Amino acid sequence: MEAQRTAYHKIWEAHHVAGDPRQRMLMYVDLHLVHEVTSPQAFSGLRAAGRRVRRPDLTLAVMDHLVPTWERTRETPDPVGREQLRQLSENCAAAGIPLLDLYHRRQGIVHVVGPELGLTQPGMTVVCGDSHTSTHGAFGALAFGIGTTEVEQVLASQCLWQAPAPTLEVRVEGQLGQGVTAKDLALGIIREIGVAGGQGSIVEYSGDTVRGLSMEGRMTVCNMTIEAGARAGLISPDQTTVAYLEGRPAVPRGHEFAVAAERWLSFASGPEAVFDRRVHIDATQLAPFVTWGTNPSMSVPVGARIPELAELPSESAREAARRALDYMGLEEGTAIEDIPLDRVFIGSCTNGRLEDLRAAAAVAAGRRVSPRVRAMVVPGSGAVKRAAEEEGLDRIFREAGFEWLEAGCSMCLGMNPDILSPGERCASTSNRNFEGRQGAGGRTHLVSPAMAAAAAVLGHFADVRQLEPADLGSAALGR
Amino acid sequence: MEAFSEVEGLVATLPRDDVDTDQIIPKQFLKRTGRDGYGEACFFDWRYDADGHERPEFELNHPAYRGAEILLAGRNFGCGSSREHAVWALSQMGFRVVVAPTFADIFRTNALQNGLLPVALDDPTCADLQQRAGRRDGYRLTVDLRAQEVRDREGRRAAFHLDPFWRECLLAGLDPLGMALREEVAISGFERARSPLLPTTRHRWE
Repeated sequence: MEAQRTAYHKIWEAHHVAGDPRQRMLMYVDLHLVHEVTSPQAFSGLRAAGRRVRRPDLTLAVMDHLVPTWERTRETPDPVGREQLRQLSENCAAAGIPLLDLYHRRQGIVHVVGPELGLTQPGMTVVCGDSHTSTHGAFGALAFGIGTTEVEQVLASQCLWQAPAPTLEVRVEGQLGQGVTAKDLALGIIREIGVAGGQGSIVEYSGDTVRGLSMEGRMTVCNMTIEAGARAGLISPDQTTVAYLEGRPAVPRGHEFAVAAERWLSFASGPEAVFDRRVHIDATQLAPFVTWGTNPSMSVPVGARIPELAELPSESAREAARRALDYMGLEEGTAIEDIPLDRVFIGSCTNGRLEDLRAAAAVAAGRRVSPRVRAMVVPGSGAVKRAAEEEGLDRIFREAGFEWLEAGCSMCLGMNPDILSPGERCASTSNRNFEGRQGAGGRTHLVSPAMAAAAAVLGHFADVRQLEPADLGSAALGR
Repeated sequence: MEAFSEVEGLVATLPRDDVDTDQIIPKQFLKRTGRDGYGEACFFDWRYDADGHERPEFELNHPAYRGAEILLAGRNFGCGSSREHAVWALSQMGFRVVVAPTFADIFRTNALQNGLLPVALDDPTCADLQQRAGRRDGYRLTVDLRAQEVRDREGRRAAFHLDPFWRECLLAGLDPLGMALREEVAISGFERARSPLLPTTRHRWE
């Protein structure tokens, strides 16, 4: 029954190469994204076996994880990292894989760049040696992260052995309140279902709230799917998807665009789609969230307090919270707004797109970063950076005392020189608050871009909904 | 892939849920370009203090767990980043099996690709094993992939299930890539039938 098929099942069946689709099949990969950190061993494995890259024309490499965010004229500081970048250049040149290197104007975070170029389209399968590949699911693509051995397998065969997965519908309904963003929705969902709530499953986000999100917001939500432990997260394609793709470099034009768009929309889940599990989220109950612990489910609304240990449902939850609070240097029951900050990071594949920077700039405009805080803005890509500069966002950030930097993954994972020192506390728009994620001993609190900007100017967490909206005027935002 | 059939070994416990791959192998070790030398760095920040000395309070530093080949972990082991380095690090630290109630998906696949066997057992069984191994008196287990069974010397047995594809790969030492490449006719046929409207990366990206 067509009406009962999900987007996932349609994509699954359309990518069957060999084997039994009900047990384990060889699945074709339409787009393979590659970056410097998880690919060197895959390329050397190919070389050792005398194998070639099968489809360099379906592969795109980007330098993003360890690139410095300072001017591109300065060298990457550490020799081990430089060698990794050099190997990526060499491997791509030898295999004929297009590479957006450090100096390319389209360089950026792989999950920001792919969609920007129009390479991620509905109905496709997309993989990358990076867990946040789930981002591309926003387009109604089946997209997931893989390890280095699988990177090698895709390079050589353009295929992966895959077993079918159960489906989980996360239906979100109701209007998001003012100041409550896609990031808060993502954190709210993880808070509800837990960091293993999606384990083994393909999540489809649905409902009027999700339909109402921009593509950028949808990417934020799908990006965080991995933090709920799911294999992949996706959103059925609709007119918002089609409108975003029109005119992008890798997208067909004219009559072919109409044909492609019709094909894309055919991958949407049917009106009576059958899911193995369903979860309902009431968007009207969500608030701007702040994480207080060391995994993304440990969050509370900004106006709340860190939970008392006694309130937690189980001994294992209490033990996890005790460990987290000890690492974070926090006490149970502390009001979130009383937590002072040292650093603010705005960027990443979660929240480094233009809409995110606009939201942060709207809060930063006409204000000053607190003297106790060092605040950085790292655009998700060169294209995001240029677009933001055309709107004057860079000027707003700079005048407010934020650092305006070059594109890359930066302090989301601290593989480049942007790291927290031990004990430093950071409000971050990234995706993981794991111990040491942003630097050994560093303490990460996940928030939305607007909340990060508010924290930067006040030097502690604050409810962005209670700040007077800055008078940006349409001229200052260029729109 | 190296064949795997049975391991009889010492069990070490790490009774925490949601151990993420950032803890198993921190980012600074991901800049290397080889597959070796990660064992010393496994659980780096938990295992060593700022001066590089072992932290005595970290479970796996306990003398009774030296030489352990079976790691008994908590729920959702290996969540977070897709870094396969986490599996290389565990293997090179000496582990051949990880037993846990549940595993994160990408970690489990990475482990299987490298012959590190992820064995999922239910919560009560894991809790019982945690208690036994937690006594630190040399508790050992046999993990038998052929029989899909874990057993100890006192006759306790617990069955586990592994996807038949991976069971076959591990028992016979089969390489999934080699198996994929044997489907060349099917892959080429699939490629000929793909929509010409699908994007390629061959552009002058400007």
